[in-house]
This record gives sequence, C-alpha cells and structure tokens, in this order.
Amino acid sequence: MSTLKKSAAAALLLALGACFALAESPRLGKPITEADVAAWDLSILGDGTNLPPGNGTAAEGAVVYAQKCVACHGENAKGGNNGSLVGGPPLDRIEATKTIANFWGYPTTVFDFIRRAMPWPQPRTLSNNEVYALTAYIFALNKLIDEKDVMNAQTLPKVKMPNRDNFIIRFPKEI
Amino acid sequence: MRPFKRRKRGDDLSAFQPIAGNGLLDRRALLGRGIALAGAMGAGGAASLTGAAAEPLKEEPWSLEPGDVLAPYQQPSKFERKVVRILSNPKGEPRTQHARTPHQMLNGTITPNGLHFTISHQGNPEIDPDKHRLVIHGMVKQPLMFTLDTLARYPMVTRTTFVECGGNSGLLFSPEPVQTDVQNLHGLVSCAEWTGVKLSVLLEEAGIDKTAKWMIAEGADAPALSRSIPVKKALDDAMIALYQNGERLMPGNGYPMRLLLPGYEGNTQVKYLRRLKIVNQPGMSYYETRTYSPILPNGKAYRFFFLQEIKSFITQPSPGLTLKEPGLYEISGIAYSGTGKITKVMVSADGGKSWGNAALQAPVLNKAFTRFRMAWRWNGGPAILQSRAWDDAGNVQPTRAEIVATRGQTKTIPRVGGFPSQHYNGITSWGVAGNGEVKHVYA
Repeated sequence: MSTLKKSAAAALLLALGACFALAESPRLGKPITEADVAAWDLSILGDGTNLPPGNGTAAEGAVVYAQKCVACHGENAKGGNNGSLVGGPPLDRIEATKTIANFWGYPTTVFDFIRRAMPWPQPRTLSNNEVYALTAYIFALNKLIDEKDVMNAQTLPKVKMPNRDNFIIRFPKEI
Repeated sequence: MRPFKRRKRGDDLSAFQPIAGNGLLDRRALLGRGIALAGAMGAGGAASLTGAAAEPLKEEPWSLEPGDVLAPYQQPSKFERKVVRILSNPKGEPRTQHARTPHQMLNGTITPNGLHFTISHQGNPEIDPDKHRLVIHGMVKQPLMFTLDTLARYPMVTRTTFVECGGNSGLLFSPEPVQTDVQNLHGLVSCAEWTGVKLSVLLEEAGIDKTAKWMIAEGADAPALSRSIPVKKALDDAMIALYQNGERLMPGNGYPMRLLLPGYEGNTQVKYLRRLKIVNQPGMSYYETRTYSPILPNGKAYRFFFLQEIKSFITQPSPGLTLKEPGLYEISGIAYSGTGKITKVMVSADGGKSWGNAALQAPVLNKAFTRFRMAWRWNGGPAILQSRAWDDAGNVQPTRAEIVATRGQTKTIPRVGGFPSQHYNGITSWGVAGNGEVKHVYA
C-alpha cells in the first residue's frame, strides 16, 4: 500500500471512529457552570485545595462540640456510643482501632468528614467556621496543634499527622 | 491416590471414578444418567437413595382447592421465610448497618435483589428520581448535568458482575476459626446483572482533561459518601448503573443510580451517585484513608487497595447444613475475581492433601460469580472441604497460611459481625464430622 493510500485509509478510519463516538452519545448533558455546582462541591483534596473560607479555634470548637457532638462522642471527646476522638492505641496489631491520632494521614480528612457527614442527625448543617473550630478542638485535644492555633484554609493543611508516612499504595498500577 | 483401572468407553461406572482423596468423584458423576444426588442437605425429608416411599402417595389440601390471588409484586413462598439477610443493626441505631447475603441457601450465580448485600453508613435515603441529578465537573471542557430521563436516552449496556465489601471475610484473620455460617463469614458479596450507561461516554461528552488522574465520586446520601477513583478505571469499564437484575436499583443498592466499577471494592462503587469531579490528586476521604486501609503486621497500612482479589468458598455443604447420611453429595460454591475470569476451581475433601478439578457452570463471565460443582461420596468419616480458584490474569487464590504470612492475623478473637481487617481472599475450610455436622476450621 502506498503512503498516500495508507494515510487515506487512516483518515477514513479516524472519520469512522469519530462518527461512532458521536453516534454513541445523544449528548443530552445540560451545560452548567462551576458556580452551579458550588453548593454541592465538598471535595477537598489532600493538599488543602478547595478548603472553604472561614476559621476557628479550639475554644470555639469546644462550645460547638458540647452542643452537637457530645451525645455520641462523649465528654472531652473521649468516646461514648461512638468512638473516641482523642488518643489511640499503638498500631501493634492488625485489628488496632484506627483513630485520628494514631492512623489518619491527612488533616484535611478530619475537616472533610465533619463537614460532609456530621453531626449524625443533621449532616451538612454546620457552618464552615464551626467545622474549622471543631477540627481545631480535636487537633488540640490530640496535641497536634496548640490550644491557641487558628485553623483555616492556610493553616489546616500544614498540620502534621503522626502516621502520615506509614501508607503503602497497594495497587499502584491501577492509578 | 491410586487411579482406578480404566474401563471401557461408555461404561456408566466410569463416571464414579475418584479424582482426589476422601471421595471426590469425576465431574461426569454430576451429569451421569440415572444418578440421584442426595443434595437436600439439612432441608429435612431427604428421600432415601435406596428405599421405597414410606407411605402411599395421597392428595394434599393445596391440590384440592383454588390457590391464592396473585400479587402485583410477588414475594417468595412463606416456606422460604428463613431465606433472608442477617442485619447487624436492625433498629437503625446511629452507626453503620450491614445486611448479609444468605449464600448457603442460594444457588446459581445471581443474587436476588431482595437478598443483595447492603451496607449503609447513615441509612438508605429515599430519593425522588425526578429530582435526582448527576453532575460531572472539575477538569472537563464543559461541566454537565444529567437527569434520570436524559440518561435513559443513552445507549445502555448490560453486564453481570459481583460487588464485594472490602471487609468481607475479615473474620478469617482471626487466629482461631470463628464458629458461624457462610452468611456471616462471606455474606458481604453478591452478584447481579447491571444495566446502565457507560461512564466513558459521559466523560467524553464533558471533555475530560487528558492530564487528570482522579475522579471523586460522591453520593446524595446523608454522609455524602465520597471516594477517589482512578480516571483509568472510569474510562475503562465503569458504568452508571440504573437497573439491577432487570428492575430499577434497590434503595439499598443505590437507587436511582450508582457507580459500578467491576472488580473494585464495594465502597468505591458509590451509591445514590450525584457528583463526579475530575481532579489531579485524590481527595484522601475518610473511607479511603481510614476504613479500607488495612493495617499490616509491621504497623504500616495499605492504601488504595481497589481490587477485590480472587476468592472462592463452598456454600453447600457449609455450617448449618448438616449431612443426613453417607452417600453421594454435590459440593457447590462460588468463585470470583476482580482481576478477570475464573479459569479453574479445585476442591479438596482431605484438607488440601489432594485436589480435584471442579466443574464450572457456564457461562463463566469476567468479574462475576462462577458456580463450581464437584461430586463427592461421603463415607461418613471426617472430611475437610476446601476450594481454591484461578483466573485468566494468572492469579491464584492464596491459602490462609499465605495470607497470614504477609497480612498477619488478629491478636484477639473478633466478634461475629466485626471487621478486624479488610481484603481477606484466602481459602475457607469446612470440617465435616462423623455425625454430618459442618464447622468452620483451619487446615
């Protein structure tokens, strides 16, 4: 086959491929903007990308905690019907209880989980300031930050989690 | 094992040739003419293989009157009321709920929708399908929104695949066999035929950025459950599933739509799917960095396990299904692999000393339940039944010892229903005692 014929054949294949791709989709997705999604867009990335504006301290967090969290997580976050948020056993057994202090690798995960799933009966009712404050309260109880530290989009991602470097990606080829 | 003397072709007796120790028989014994299997284990009233009927046959009352009115949506017979899921939190207390599939009472390869396992972290939401929306945004040329009606106009695909919780079978990390049934040990896996829209079609429509590596999937449930999925998987065989075994998804399985990622950890296959955000790094969500990151014996932990690796277990006989009398039985079970198609299942009746090839029920599908069967003549003595599976990607189901060597085992005995660790896919062993009782054992 000549080069010309080859390229003509390749072009035909490409055109056919494009036709099939177009034919496969009725293209009915309604165009929207990022602003339209803003109310749903809870995604915070590991480096702190997309953390919302706002701030909070441990002292402010203690007040919110007493109102909205203590019923399940107990006085001073030491555990009630649901798990303790302070301390944690050594990871000396495969069934060790995983806690914020002994296991969680990213400070953003604490903010993210409180914001999306807590408090249990009324998820996504806390203000961003309240979530920052609760995060500060839990971090301070675990001595990951000082009592006076303010948590916000700049400071929170810099909190050093003790277990951060103890993870192994199980199947890197999948990524 | 001493091979039988070879008989002439067409000789029915050849079907009974042993192929491994302690009574495992050639697969032709399953298909041979005139061979009755004492398969009604534990169900009561198993007919004797040899005797005549004890009483003369007579008409029963249900044959002598008109039957019940039909129901618009039919339910199983009232005699099957025990065939239900085990619930971990039946009162809906403020913690996760689990409902486990009764594999020991099912057969074939498809899990009925009412018995498909469910895990719900904050209850099942009641979603109005007309108001549900799916958005795709982030690193795309054009963010898009879809309704159920618009998705219904896309070309549909149907595929059968299993879904398994990453914590399924975790009790086998216990240093001693936990005495419970196959439902409590392995009930967090099910298999269904799913129909929906290929996710790659929607991502192409949105114009996905070629440099993006991750997709964050999020549900419309109370915890807005969120997982980070490799874009590679999203563009491969991911589906927005709308139908489960021919009908709309069950509420516990993601109604009105879920992300289906064949072969991946169940929790990644986000139910009540409402948002897909294309990003350049993972979200490091609670479930990916905590719950489904198993601790290793050296104190480190695996993250991004994703794959549900090759596994098999025997469903009949199994604990609770007592053998009534010595004789011919069918050993039957389920094999599946998140990395491919099952190519071989071997069964042992002597705790792994000898193995025979089980018959695989066609069709054998990629990343789906494969039913295996093996004829077995139980001599009334002790036996240890095991199964082991192979897939077409070259993966072999590990022995329990192999798992323990790399993943360790617990220091304390976990409670039934507990999750001491995740991703156990080793061999399960059933010990059959002289009285026909079946127990969970290690061998």
